[in-house]
Amino acid sequence: MISNVISLPIILPLFFAILTIAFHSKSKKIIRTINLIGAISLLASSIWIIVLVYDYKILTLYVGSWLAPFGIALMADFLSSAMLLISSIIFFTTSIYSLNFIDEEREKLFYYPMLQILMMGVNGSFLTNDIFNLYVWYEVMLISSFVLISLGGTKEQFEGGIKYVTINLLASTFFLVSIAFIYGIYGSLNMTDIAFKVKSSDNDFLNYSISFLLLTSFGVKSALFPLFFWLPASYHVAPISISSIFAGLLTKVGVYSIIRVFTLIFNAKLDILFSTIILLSALTMLIGVFGAASQMDIRRILSFHIISQIGYMTIGLGILTQLSLAAAIFYVIHHIIVKTNLFYVAGIVDKLQNNFHLRKLGYIYKNHPMIGLLFLIPAFSLAGIPPLSGFWAKFLIIKSAFNANYYFYGSIALFVGILTLFSMIKIWNEAFWKKNSQALSEDYCLSLSYTQKFIILLPSIILAAITLLIGLFPDFFFKFADEASRQLLNQNFYFEKILGKL
Amino acid sequence: MNLLLALISSVLFGTGVYMLLRRSLVKVIIGLALLSHAANLIIFTIGRNIKGKPAFIDKASSSITEPFADPLPQALILTAIVISFGAIAYAIVLYKRAYQITQTEDMDCLISTDEFKEEV
Repeated sequence: MISNVISLPIILPLFFAILTIAFHSKSKKIIRTINLIGAISLLASSIWIIVLVYDYKILTLYVGSWLAPFGIALMADFLSSAMLLISSIIFFTTSIYSLNFIDEEREKLFYYPMLQILMMGVNGSFLTNDIFNLYVWYEVMLISSFVLISLGGTKEQFEGGIKYVTINLLASTFFLVSIAFIYGIYGSLNMTDIAFKVKSSDNDFLNYSISFLLLTSFGVKSALFPLFFWLPASYHVAPISISSIFAGLLTKVGVYSIIRVFTLIFNAKLDILFSTIILLSALTMLIGVFGAASQMDIRRILSFHIISQIGYMTIGLGILTQLSLAAAIFYVIHHIIVKTNLFYVAGIVDKLQNNFHLRKLGYIYKNHPMIGLLFLIPAFSLAGIPPLSGFWAKFLIIKSAFNANYYFYGSIALFVGILTLFSMIKIWNEAFWKKNSQALSEDYCLSLSYTQKFIILLPSIILAAITLLIGLFPDFFFKFADEASRQLLNQNFYFEKILGKL
Repeated sequence: MNLLLALISSVLFGTGVYMLLRRSLVKVIIGLALLSHAANLIIFTIGRNIKGKPAFIDKASSSITEPFADPLPQALILTAIVISFGAIAYAIVLYKRAYQITQTEDMDCLISTDEFKEEV
């Protein structure tokens, strides 16, 4: 009975989306409050789920009581519940952030309902154990992100939006085709059941075809190496609060699906697949970081860094040892927090000096040392400076690569870390240290009261605190990731818990 | 029958990709629509098309006799059609607005978000 809880992260956002639409014509204070209540209740429900998962190891809900291979099964294991918790933290902070960083016009254009629906899609894809259902949640997430990216309708947003929409619809088609193949060959849509059938099949040719098709479609969503071009072209066009939730969550849903599908369904037997993933991840890391090095717009630098960091996560999957998978999960958790925080700080910088372009910025550290500190924590964490979370994440990835004798790829990861630091220092130098007479005079913040300033900084402070927390107590988080990776690598666990087969 | 369906879906895929690679926004939309039809047709083809054998159990027997037509792919296609209908409807509106605002329907002219800007 208790496992009914895992439907909450899907039902709550839907409920609050309807509520925000219903109260749409009322004052913006009411909509904001409803949205915040929604965010808090989502956060509470995902904390509840993670506590339960800690006890029960896995929660399964057969929707409509249709048992496993026939109906849709929802499932929360360690990985899903961790992703749920992190994404609801991001949603909570973004809800606070939106109070100051989304304009009134966009609020009237159903900004909050769309955010809630986005969260419903994201949570649904974390929870589902049915591959067609995963496709449906993807579409829920995509449609609302299509709306969010073009919300407000500036010229730039349309140009970015067209690319985003087109490539994602194409990727969905690939996903659908691979689902069709899976259903045609294995006659099932439940991922665990498919895994059970794949395990006893020896038709490697078909398994390779399906898994590469899946890798292509997930690769587009998560911006892997040859398929990432849409990301730096489109992520920065939306208002900064939308960009930051996109940067935090959307590509990571792709990474989550890659991890889920390529540990549960298609696993170590397909070794060419995993060596391809390693190669692609190394190229993703390198291209992303080189792309970032030449950019001068903060948001575009950060967008390119999303790409390069995706490589770290997928290389952990590609190596496929327990340590490397744990490292990948640790990396995803750390990265979502840090990347969203960097976008938040970029928004604050823009608010101060009304620009994202590094040439136009300068001198922030002198007047606002606090913002400087809030930038430094996630920036150093992204680059992997101890004792912040990024250091442990990178350390684990590189250690697992060396342990598995991937010395070359391990050193690429090290090298990319240095270049990441270069980009972060570039932003620091240009935006925070450089003397710039062109930079706008900053009377914006003088008019604000102390509480108003605090609310502007609060989301960033929360995320920076979490980064510090992960950095100072990595032990707890690593144990959790390790447990998650042990679960993922033990297929029989899922067969037993979901299908009831031993 | 299956061969025919397979051929049709491959033709749809080919034309869809070709249209998607054109520079005109309208053709890109047509390409997306064709691709989603092709995917639906693949699901349809792959789920055993057997004539006159619905998946019902006779009153006399307790289990179903092979071969029977699988009803699930139709449900999948129905879902997929609805989703792709919504997505493409949204894409059409988006493209139309984009055309009105940018005053061009040439993909090659919509590159300002991708350009490298050294100076503002």
